Amino acid sequence: MRHGIRIVVGPVQFRIGSDWAEPIAALETLYRGYPQDDSRPAEATVRLFAARPWRRWIRPSVHIGGDFVVPDALPLPLSMGLLAAEMGMNLQVALGWRRHMLLHASAATKDGRAVIMSGESGSGKSTLAALLGEGGWRLMGDEFTLIDPASGDALAFPRAVSLKNEAIAEVAAQVDPARLGPLLAGTPKGDIRHLIPRADAIAAMHEPARPALLLFPRFGGEASIEPMGEGEAFVRLTEASTNYVALGEAGFAALTRLVRDTPAFGISYPDSAAGIALVEQLWADAAR
Amino acid sequence: MPDPAYRAAPPGALRVEPLGELTAIFDRRSMQTHLVVSPMPEILAAMGADDCDAATLATRLAERFDIDGDDAVQPILAERLDELAAMGLVARA
Amino acid sequence: MGGRGPVSAVRTFVDLLAGRRDAATLAPRDWEGVIWVARSEAMLATLAHRLADTDLPPTVAALFADQRAAATVAQRQALWEAEMARRALAPLGIEFVLLKGAAYAAADLACAAGRQIGDLDILVSEPDIRRAENALLKAGWEWVKSDPYDDFYYREHMHELPPLIHKMRDRMIDVHHTILPRTHRITPDALALMSDAVKRPDGFGVLNPADMACHCAAHMLADGDLQGGLRNLWDFHLMTRDFVANDPGFWEQLDARARLHGVQQVVQRAARLARDLYGAVLPPDRDGHDAADGWFQRRLLARDDWGRVTKPLLEQAFYVRSHWLRMPPAMLTRHLFTKWRKARGKA
Repeated sequence: MRHGIRIVVGPVQFRIGSDWAEPIAALETLYRGYPQDDSRPAEATVRLFAARPWRRWIRPSVHIGGDFVVPDALPLPLSMGLLAAEMGMNLQVALGWRRHMLLHASAATKDGRAVIMSGESGSGKSTLAALLGEGGWRLMGDEFTLIDPASGDALAFPRAVSLKNEAIAEVAAQVDPARLGPLLAGTPKGDIRHLIPRADAIAAMHEPARPALLLFPRFGGEASIEPMGEGEAFVRLTEASTNYVALGEAGFAALTRLVRDTPAFGISYPDSAAGIALVEQLWADAAR
Repeated sequence: MPDPAYRAAPPGALRVEPLGELTAIFDRRSMQTHLVVSPMPEILAAMGADDCDAATLATRLAERFDIDGDDAVQPILAERLDELAAMGLVARA
Repeated sequence: MGGRGPVSAVRTFVDLLAGRRDAATLAPRDWEGVIWVARSEAMLATLAHRLADTDLPPTVAALFADQRAAATVAQRQALWEAEMARRALAPLGIEFVLLKGAAYAAADLACAAGRQIGDLDILVSEPDIRRAENALLKAGWEWVKSDPYDDFYYREHMHELPPLIHKMRDRMIDVHHTILPRTHRITPDALALMSDAVKRPDGFGVLNPADMACHCAAHMLADGDLQGGLRNLWDFHLMTRDFVANDPGFWEQLDARARLHGVQQVVQRAARLARDLYGAVLPPDRDGHDAADGWFQRRLLARDDWGRVTKPLLEQAFYVRSHWLRMPPAMLTRHLFTKWRKARGKA
């Protein structure tokens, strides 16, 4: 392909090719601080391509291709090429990765132990993880958390954080503007702006952490905490895992171990400050 | 018509892990996970190696649990066995 | 072919499978191309098995180990569908024979190592097909929602029931009563396929070796648009190699069965392609050449090192050809017309 970049996020080496220079340039900016290993063959491939040659120039629209594709996915305008790249990268990991159990969850770590937050989009799991990562925590990832079946440890996947809508202003107020990507306004997922994780999150991205707290956040309503049984946590995490079924007994063993060893809670919170306070409160109990 | 007889999975085929009020069962033959509640784990545990129908099962479970003399038990067990067969955890003998 | 080096990724991939290329000579960029070609051919785990005892770069070795483990899980899941079909059909005395991937796995063939198995394909004798349909519906399979035209088309003209999907396990089963569509100009002897099938120790029926090779070749060269052709050809190569090793008379039996089913040409072509691409050794009397082989070979190798099909026009030709093979011309026009009308209706 005409333009390309290789990016390492956690255990995955990506190769991203594009018919246009712009998305690759944007990725180069977001991922400039990440380790580079050009001698390593990529495990996941993403292609951003024009369905017809002239569509590179005339109303350019970006199709997402790769080892795994969603049939009938709508193309995005070139101005949202970065979102297309992000969606493509997510898809390859979600559908293609087999070494670890993949949870659709954010995570942050402190003292070698991790809080894992699983929820639908809109639950605020990304924002909570991003805010923890700006405080006394190391951000592990805003979208995926990997569980090593052999050790039970959580592994980081600290891609550039995808801030959405209200979270953009909230986080932007706290960080160096140089760590923010361009504003992608009016995408199918709302307004999006990427945040480059702090240097410590990138430098330590290969360091595993012991799961210590499982949270299932829900944004909105009074601040509340509800303890969750092992069975319900198990069910919810099978639903949050993109490769549980493909891992067979290794996935079953990893998940039973995770829910037995890790206290789990559902939390509701009216705003980020309250959410963070709940996380810190539960962490203080769990880390004891 | 008498209740059909069923056969349990061979030894080692199932990995059973209680998780609070649920029980997670991994079937190594199908690579499927089944989440069940009582009395499914108790039924599977009482099946034994031979063919087993609802009446036999009712007798065996009565020895271990306090369900003696309850006429409603046998049809319920027949239904549960049918459900276990649909999951593939037991097979029609 | 789109590769930047002197040897394209798809060539390197085929050479690795054939054992013509030493894995140690591959640069990281070569691996990348090979991995992505293998993925797009749904053969990454096959390659991982082929190179299981080879020294590989650590990240490639780790990826291959993942692929082997995942393929083992996926095969168990696929074979379980066969077991559930058996539990649905056996009590009614309906015999069935496993086809394609599930059959290779059940028969423990070398080509099953790492092979992806999609839907479960089974063959039942035509008189049993209604009862099989009813038994499967009773056991939890249901129709994939389809429109009446598609349903009618399948039943009238194809060699299978419309696909069924299991409502709990979400997996498809294709119930065939012969191995090529009824409208195909070649009509294999379905009765012989069933009655000469062999039973495995685990109770599953599979086609006898010669019929299995006939079906593999027919499926690859007569039934489709050569989609998955490299994989089907690999199946054909390994199964014929092993069948010959077990039984020196295999080629003669294959000839006899190919004649019976009317698939001599495709079987011979598959053998030559397996020789040309994977290095199969053929007996002298069939070691010839055919002008059209090159065309098939180009199509099989039409991928760049991003895993993309490089010859869209060639692809198109194969698509039309595969339909032409399956349907008499008058019916073809009608089918295309209905498809076209439906497409317009949606627009």
